[in-house]
Amino acid sequence: MAMTVQLDVVSAEEKIFSGLVESIQVTGSEGELGILPGHIPLLTGIKPGMVRIVKQFGEEHLIYVAGGVLEVQPHTVTVLADVAVRAEDLDEQAALAAQKRATEVMQNAGADFNYAEAAAQLAEAIAQLRLIQKLRGKN
Amino acid sequence: MAGAKEIKSKIGSINNTRKITSAMEKVAVSKMRRAQERVAQSRPYAEGMRKVIGNIANGNLEYRHPFLTERPVKNVGYIVISTDRGLCGGLNTNEFKRVALALKSWKEQGVNAKFAVIGNKASVFFRRFGGNVVAQQSGSGDTPRLADVIGSVRVMLNEYSEGRIDKLFIVYNNFINTMKQEPVIEQLLPLPKAELSARSHSWDYIYEPDPKVILDKLLERYVESQVYQGVVENAASEQAARMVAMKAATDNAGNLMDDLKLVYNKARQAAITQELSEIVAGAAAV
Repeated sequence: MAMTVQLDVVSAEEKIFSGLVESIQVTGSEGELGILPGHIPLLTGIKPGMVRIVKQFGEEHLIYVAGGVLEVQPHTVTVLADVAVRAEDLDEQAALAAQKRATEVMQNAGADFNYAEAAAQLAEAIAQLRLIQKLRGKN
Repeated sequence: MAGAKEIKSKIGSINNTRKITSAMEKVAVSKMRRAQERVAQSRPYAEGMRKVIGNIANGNLEYRHPFLTERPVKNVGYIVISTDRGLCGGLNTNEFKRVALALKSWKEQGVNAKFAVIGNKASVFFRRFGGNVVAQQSGSGDTPRLADVIGSVRVMLNEYSEGRIDKLFIVYNNFINTMKQEPVIEQLLPLPKAELSARSHSWDYIYEPDPKVILDKLLERYVESQVYQGVVENAASEQAARMVAMKAATDNAGNLMDDLKLVYNKARQAAITQELSEIVAGAAAV
């Protein structure tokens, strides 16, 4: 029987894969990597792409990861996968949006009724309306 | 004599309310189960990450990441996670009380605080309470995504990296069981020492490209995953609290209906008796 290593592929939202594998192929930040049981400890970033694994008894399996970090120890391999492709400028955009929302919410102080909730509901309703209009347009 | 008709319509309206609260209870039960699953699913990632970061931190590194080093505290940051909706008992109120208390003790030490809020209720609270809110996020619904928290976390991490805050905390409701949820304040940055269990090991990783880059990436992900876990934990707490609150409301509505039914029957009987005695008196007079 071929040697195997325990592989866990996890993301912040869910456990994607867990089991014994014979080999793993992944695109590291510095290039293609092939990992077999007994590999020395290694830590590297991984690029968005497919992770090809050969499960115990030779069955092949492909998993898509949107980047993350690969940790290798002789008997365990862990892929800490991102939930979505991450880019520095996108993260910054999200941060700016969060800041903007904060100032908006705080500036609307003084109104007696619950402005934040009302605004959120309004935005949701508009989004739904837009979706409906889109669907109608298609038919 | 309170009109029997009025009482009847009151019973009807209470019955309608009871139907709504009992439906909300049932919805909360099923949503809670799913929320709990989500909590369980997000755990392996945080555990794996903690292990790796512990290994790196204990390794022979010259590079000390700012997220791992304590510095004198002049400003603090809080990420406050609340629900978007109400009708979940004292869940949010208890949480905000904890925050207010913590804030008071910081103020006594002359420390200023900044807030990133997640959830409508927290926005509303801080608008009334005052406080320097630097980021806001709401409307994640019942299925929060990691992407929802990235923005707020990034704002706080920037504040920390640029020295505008010296400690970062997260506040959320910890789901203990269906009947019990507890607001907790946890320190995110700098990483508490206990998190990084000191394991003696003689080996070190090969790093590609180099430890600094990977450590940066890992620590950012780690904080994000902690906040995400707080969000899902809070979501589970919200559903549990709502379930309990709605169950109590349903029971109360039932009691109220029973009482009103008694009053209604008494009123009905009194009306019949009165009518009878009027007829009898009329017959006697003839």
